[in-house]
Amino acid sequence: MTDISYVRKEMAPSQPAPASTVGPVAWARKNLFASIPDTILTLVSLWLIWLLVPPLIEFAFVNAVWSGENREACIGQDGACWAYVKAYLPQFIYGRYPDPERWRVNLTFLLFFGGLIPMMIPSVPFKRENVIYMLVVFPTVALVLLTGGNMDFNGFLLPDTVIAPSMLKFWVDYAILTAIVMAAAAGIAKASQSRAAPAAISVLVIFGVLAAIMVVLEIDFGLRPVPTELWGGLLVTLVIAVTGIAVSLPLGVALALGRRSKMPIVRLVSIIFIEFWRGVPLITVLFMSSVMLPLFVPENLTIDKLLRALIGVALFAAAYMAEVIRGGLQAIPKGQYEGAQALGLTYWQMMYHIILPQALKLVIPGIVNTFIGLFKDTTLVLIIGLFDLLGQVQSSFTDPNWSSPYQSHTGYLFAATIFWIFCFGMSRYSVWTERRLDTGHKKR
Amino acid sequence: MKRTILPVLASAAFAMVATAATAGTLDDIKAKGHVQCGVSQGVPGFSNPDDKGNWAGLDVDFCRAVAAAVFGNGDAIKFTPLSAKERFTALQSGEIDILSRNTTWTMTRDTTLGLNFPGVTYYDGQGFMVRKSLGIASALELSGASVCTQTGTTTELNVADYFRAKNMQYEIVAFEKADEVVQAYDAGRCDVFTTDASGLYAHRLKMTNPDEHIVLPEIISKEPLGPAVRDDDVAWFKVVRWVYFALLNAEELGVTQANAEEMKGAESPNIKRLLGTEGEFGPSVGLDKDWALNVIKAVGNYGEIFNRNVGPDTPLGISRGLNALWTDGGIQYAPPVR
Amino acid sequence: MAIQETARTPDKASVLNDPKVRGWIYQIVVVALIVWFGWEIITNTAENLKARNIAGGFGFLNINAGFGITQSLITYSELSSYGRALVVGLLNTLLVAGLGVFFATIFGFLIGVARLSNNWLISRIATVYVEVLRNIPLLLQIFFWYFAVLRAVPNPRDSIALPGDVFLNNRGLFTPRVIFEEGSGLIGWSVLAAIVVWIGIYFWARRRQEATGQQFPVFLSGLGLLIVLPILAWLVTGMPLSLETPELRGFNFVGGTRIIPEFVGLLLALSAYTAAFIAEIVRAGIMAVSHGQTEAAHALGLRNGPTLRLVIIPQALRVIIPPLTSQYLNLTKNSSLAVAIAYPDLVSVGGTVLNQTGQAVEVIGIWMAVYLSISVLTSMFMNWYNSHIALVER
Repeated sequence: MTDISYVRKEMAPSQPAPASTVGPVAWARKNLFASIPDTILTLVSLWLIWLLVPPLIEFAFVNAVWSGENREACIGQDGACWAYVKAYLPQFIYGRYPDPERWRVNLTFLLFFGGLIPMMIPSVPFKRENVIYMLVVFPTVALVLLTGGNMDFNGFLLPDTVIAPSMLKFWVDYAILTAIVMAAAAGIAKASQSRAAPAAISVLVIFGVLAAIMVVLEIDFGLRPVPTELWGGLLVTLVIAVTGIAVSLPLGVALALGRRSKMPIVRLVSIIFIEFWRGVPLITVLFMSSVMLPLFVPENLTIDKLLRALIGVALFAAAYMAEVIRGGLQAIPKGQYEGAQALGLTYWQMMYHIILPQALKLVIPGIVNTFIGLFKDTTLVLIIGLFDLLGQVQSSFTDPNWSSPYQSHTGYLFAATIFWIFCFGMSRYSVWTERRLDTGHKKR
Repeated sequence: MKRTILPVLASAAFAMVATAATAGTLDDIKAKGHVQCGVSQGVPGFSNPDDKGNWAGLDVDFCRAVAAAVFGNGDAIKFTPLSAKERFTALQSGEIDILSRNTTWTMTRDTTLGLNFPGVTYYDGQGFMVRKSLGIASALELSGASVCTQTGTTTELNVADYFRAKNMQYEIVAFEKADEVVQAYDAGRCDVFTTDASGLYAHRLKMTNPDEHIVLPEIISKEPLGPAVRDDDVAWFKVVRWVYFALLNAEELGVTQANAEEMKGAESPNIKRLLGTEGEFGPSVGLDKDWALNVIKAVGNYGEIFNRNVGPDTPLGISRGLNALWTDGGIQYAPPVR
Repeated sequence: MAIQETARTPDKASVLNDPKVRGWIYQIVVVALIVWFGWEIITNTAENLKARNIAGGFGFLNINAGFGITQSLITYSELSSYGRALVVGLLNTLLVAGLGVFFATIFGFLIGVARLSNNWLISRIATVYVEVLRNIPLLLQIFFWYFAVLRAVPNPRDSIALPGDVFLNNRGLFTPRVIFEEGSGLIGWSVLAAIVVWIGIYFWARRRQEATGQQFPVFLSGLGLLIVLPILAWLVTGMPLSLETPELRGFNFVGGTRIIPEFVGLLLALSAYTAAFIAEIVRAGIMAVSHGQTEAAHALGLRNGPTLRLVIIPQALRVIIPPLTSQYLNLTKNSSLAVAIAYPDLVSVGGTVLNQTGQAVEVIGIWMAVYLSISVLTSMFMNWYNSHIALVER
């Protein structure tokens, strides 16, 4: 018997893939020219790209003017006038903030990003200290640096006849207020059978920190005061955005909790508040804050224009934030609430330790989206006469020194790029966080 | 619930609240050490910040004059740029002490808005600017034109009245801010740009090619521009009014920034009374005896202010016209100091 | 019994530890705060208004406005009242918002679908579009569309003439206007008749398809009717329509229909911006439909188009509708940015009224009331539509 083996002993050598399925040609056939309509679409797209991209590159780079002293350099050129942006760059960043004082703005930017970056990188330790820095230390320092500090507090409680308005009166008033609140806290604690001392001490700590902040604000560091009318450009954009974010987040949490509260009046008030702000356009809110707010306060009290816009923006953003956070709260299974209650946690303990950490984590993308929206919305303040980045760019168009046919195109292109970098950066960060926190239950 | 926002609100309120007693505007100003002056957001020649943020212009100089009268120093002043929409609220709410923002004195504003107008620092009227290339010589040829203007001002109403009275068609495009009007007109959205004639000259400087535009001869309205104060404080009103009169009297008597100090020794009793070497005129309105001297030393007389900011030698190149003294054929006239 | 009694009585628990009592205390505090806050505002406002001699109330709405408005859907002149001016503004807002919603939806769906396309180039272009437009402030886009494009378009004397007597210049887009002359009523009726027949065909075709499985080209035949019937009517009645073509006279074109540049700029910016958001919503909605559905449809022999139209989109709509509603509302609210480029919408006209009359509280009150009602009405409609779709769910 001859050894006829019908079964191959070794694997057949693998053939190369058919030429029609590999290589760039195959890729193009699969992804670009799969069918006749596909081919038509591809060709149309190529035509669109050819129509838009080369002229844009030509405008922004090839034909652009990069240096020059005034409009002469740019007139007659068929491209962007970057020389104008270069000349105006300080204004776009600082507005009319006085020249010799601009280091203060730079320092503020540095302190801000110095605090922000370690907070955004999850592996950096000392998160708690970082949060305290961002929420307490940085705002105080920034306020002193930007305004110049050295504020006058004249007192608020006692009638002027007892002590004339002065710094002394303010601190006397403040001490009285602290004592009253401490007594009230202790009283409530006592009445509800817990120990009075811890409540009073926590009140004292809060008021102490506030007092420390105000002392810092009151000290004369010898910085020249810079009124907010002189602020402008990116500085104002960032001040509004950062303040809006910092205020709207806690306020949004409070409103979301209020809306899900079991207390009917609290719930009703929260719903009305949220739906009101969400139902009206931001621009009417800003008009309201600039035209109507002065009517709402007593006649002898004036509120800074920037602060007015800040209040409007923060309340507006808080309503949107509240809805995002409510979504997170609703997504937490009921068992989590019940489990926390079974452990005997109080409402605030339950929220702080169990519910909010989970809920907030769930809605991080939504929160960041609200931030992006808020950041873009800061441009609206130019309509009520504040000069944010876009406002500053717009106002520079009327400078006869630099007016040329492509000045406005260049200015808008510059502003658009800056805004795009910030917003796109934030959205990428949110996508990255979402992936990092994703517990992997999703398909695809 | 409120716990988180209280600190924010409280610190904000403490920080930004300026408490003002109700004793009287003059005393309040003396107590806080400066005059808070409401100006425009940028009209060259009237109130315009330079690239260092220093304000200059006719309206600005008037505010400096008031500050000099109160403090003897024209720099004891702070400026608040205001839009057309905000200006009256800002004054009414006490945010500013004096509004010096090319504001037209009208009966409504005088009677129902709670304002007082101490005087007219600039007699103006509404005019039209068009492109030279249109070949138009008179406003009567404007039928069918698109007109760009700023919203919320008397100009918008004047245009409507003018075109309707002349039975001409027109289209109004009203923007929120002056800069946007300039930009749109410059981009060719409109044939006509209308605002106070002084403003036209000022805004023309902002065009891509200022020489391509002309201001038509027609003036379609009376626009007496001047400072305004609240009408609940007559004493302060008088201070501002007499600062204005002092500027006019100084020009009439030949007292200038340069010669003010030596004029103190002049023979003329009129000059003596103005400069405080005779009589108690300053104290009668709550100011120092040499209030007018301080004003003139700080900013010069009315003619000097005018020429420095908007006069023929400035880029605006506006002639005195109605704003000349009554002795020179104009209508600027001041009661005597006596 | 006695023992039980003592056991039941808690030691000496304070009423303050009772959650219900606490709840009421909190609420009373909240109410007190709000009442105090509201009282402060109202008294301050009243005092301030009195001090400033501003009379409250809506009487000013009947006074002559005295200012002109560029675009108005109803007759309006300087002699009309402030109230009418505000109505003109409201209609302009509704017009730009309505058209904006229409275009944004179409663009948005197209781009959303394109992002999921198998064609690599198309999906990349759609991605770039979404990422660029979404991350640039709307106001900037409006300025761009308005000022940048305005500078690129010639003045009336050098207008770009498009075929069919359409002219484009920096005063707007001018198209011929159809003038209905005597006896043109029949044309209107014929349009109506065509629509009625179209609906009839739709139901007949559906019944036929259910009975026999045969399809009928409903859309094409309906469209044909809509074109043919009016033309027939036009011929029969002796051609009573005439065109009024725009012609250059003096500064500008006269006659015809005119679309002002402010409207075009705002509409373009609003639809392009909102379309980017809608595209993302559509993409998420389609991706939420399980891939098995596509495979099953393909297995049944449906091609890509019908699969998308008959299987995927109806299911995706359920996910899409709620966020789409909020995008529609955002677009409506964003139309208030018209104020920046002088499009006479409600906020813009209201701002002028506010300036002329000084009635800040009343005008801002009107704004808020109008936008809140639009929000509530839109939400109600979309909720109804949403529940209508949700019924399909099995």
